[in-house]
Amino acid sequence: MAKKSSRNRMSNEINAGSMADIAFLLLIFFLVTTVIAEDKGVLVKLPPWSDEPPQELTINTRNVYSVLVNAQNQLLVRNEPMEINKLKENTILFITNPQKRADLSEDPTKALVSLKNDRGTEYKTYLAVYNELKAAYNEIWEDEAARRFSRPYEELSKTQKDEISSAYPLVISEAEPTKFGEEN
Amino acid sequence: MINFKKKQGNTNPTISTASLPDIVFMLLFFFMVVTKMRDTDLMVGVNTPQASELTKLEKKSLVNFIFIGRPTAKFRDVYGTKPRIQLGDKFSNPDDIPLFLEKHRVTVPEGFKDRIITSLKVDGEVTMGIVSDVKTSLRKAGQIKINYSAKKRDRTK
Repeated sequence: MAKKSSRNRMSNEINAGSMADIAFLLLIFFLVTTVIAEDKGVLVKLPPWSDEPPQELTINTRNVYSVLVNAQNQLLVRNEPMEINKLKENTILFITNPQKRADLSEDPTKALVSLKNDRGTEYKTYLAVYNELKAAYNEIWEDEAARRFSRPYEELSKTQKDEISSAYPLVISEAEPTKFGEEN
Repeated sequence: MINFKKKQGNTNPTISTASLPDIVFMLLFFFMVVTKMRDTDLMVGVNTPQASELTKLEKKSLVNFIFIGRPTAKFRDVYGTKPRIQLGDKFSNPDDIPLFLEKHRVTVPEGFKDRIITSLKVDGEVTMGIVSDVKTSLRKAGQIKINYSAKKRDRTK
């Protein structure tokens, strides 16, 4: 008798009130820690394909900034070897040509960057070079945005951005890669 | 007075919260089921290089992916260790790219077709030969907007 009465007095249910808290805690933990994989990358516009041979263009060599990357991942910029960490600075100097030197570009609108690689060039190096060239232009645009509109480039309106990018057009021409160093 | 006191003693004013966990778990399971982690299993090892000038891919439905890398350990016996192209869920060669692009293009609503971006997820150790072949094939297929997938790093000083 005594036993029975004591069982009756105790509650048979487990208090489930805190279960909600635990579940919420789990939900919030996963919400916070989950990193949705963002896809980012270097955006490039390829030239459209045409079967006709490209027309001969006569461009003054002073306006061409030729960058060659060989199968040993070495850089040859305007016929001189260069380290990749100097490439951006040098490209900016070539495009803007602040001292109006005779061997650098006449005008930013006439400047042309020519990139050529071997088939054996590592993709890592190629992308690093492309990235540096793009960084050079981005830096010029940002400086120009600060000078003309005293605002960061990202915050400019479409017409303001167009104004800057037409003054400093990004032209990276890529030649067909040479067959050196292809792996089998 | 007496009546009032009696009532208070009999009724239980707390709302039962026992069903709350069920509701929360339902939410949890719903999100777990609905969340799409990755549509394709990678059959090639891709370790993208780092770059600083990155652009975010905004609309997932307008993006198709091409993977280039060496086959993973599971496929090495059959496909060797030479870099390979993966389109969708199978190994391919550059000639298959136009069909692959067309299959994606039909799923994109009219008016957005010129905003399709091809994301190239290429392993950093791969040589440019195979990448150039893919680029040529993309150009021939009229897909000129591409995105070299890369990880974020700071701009060099």
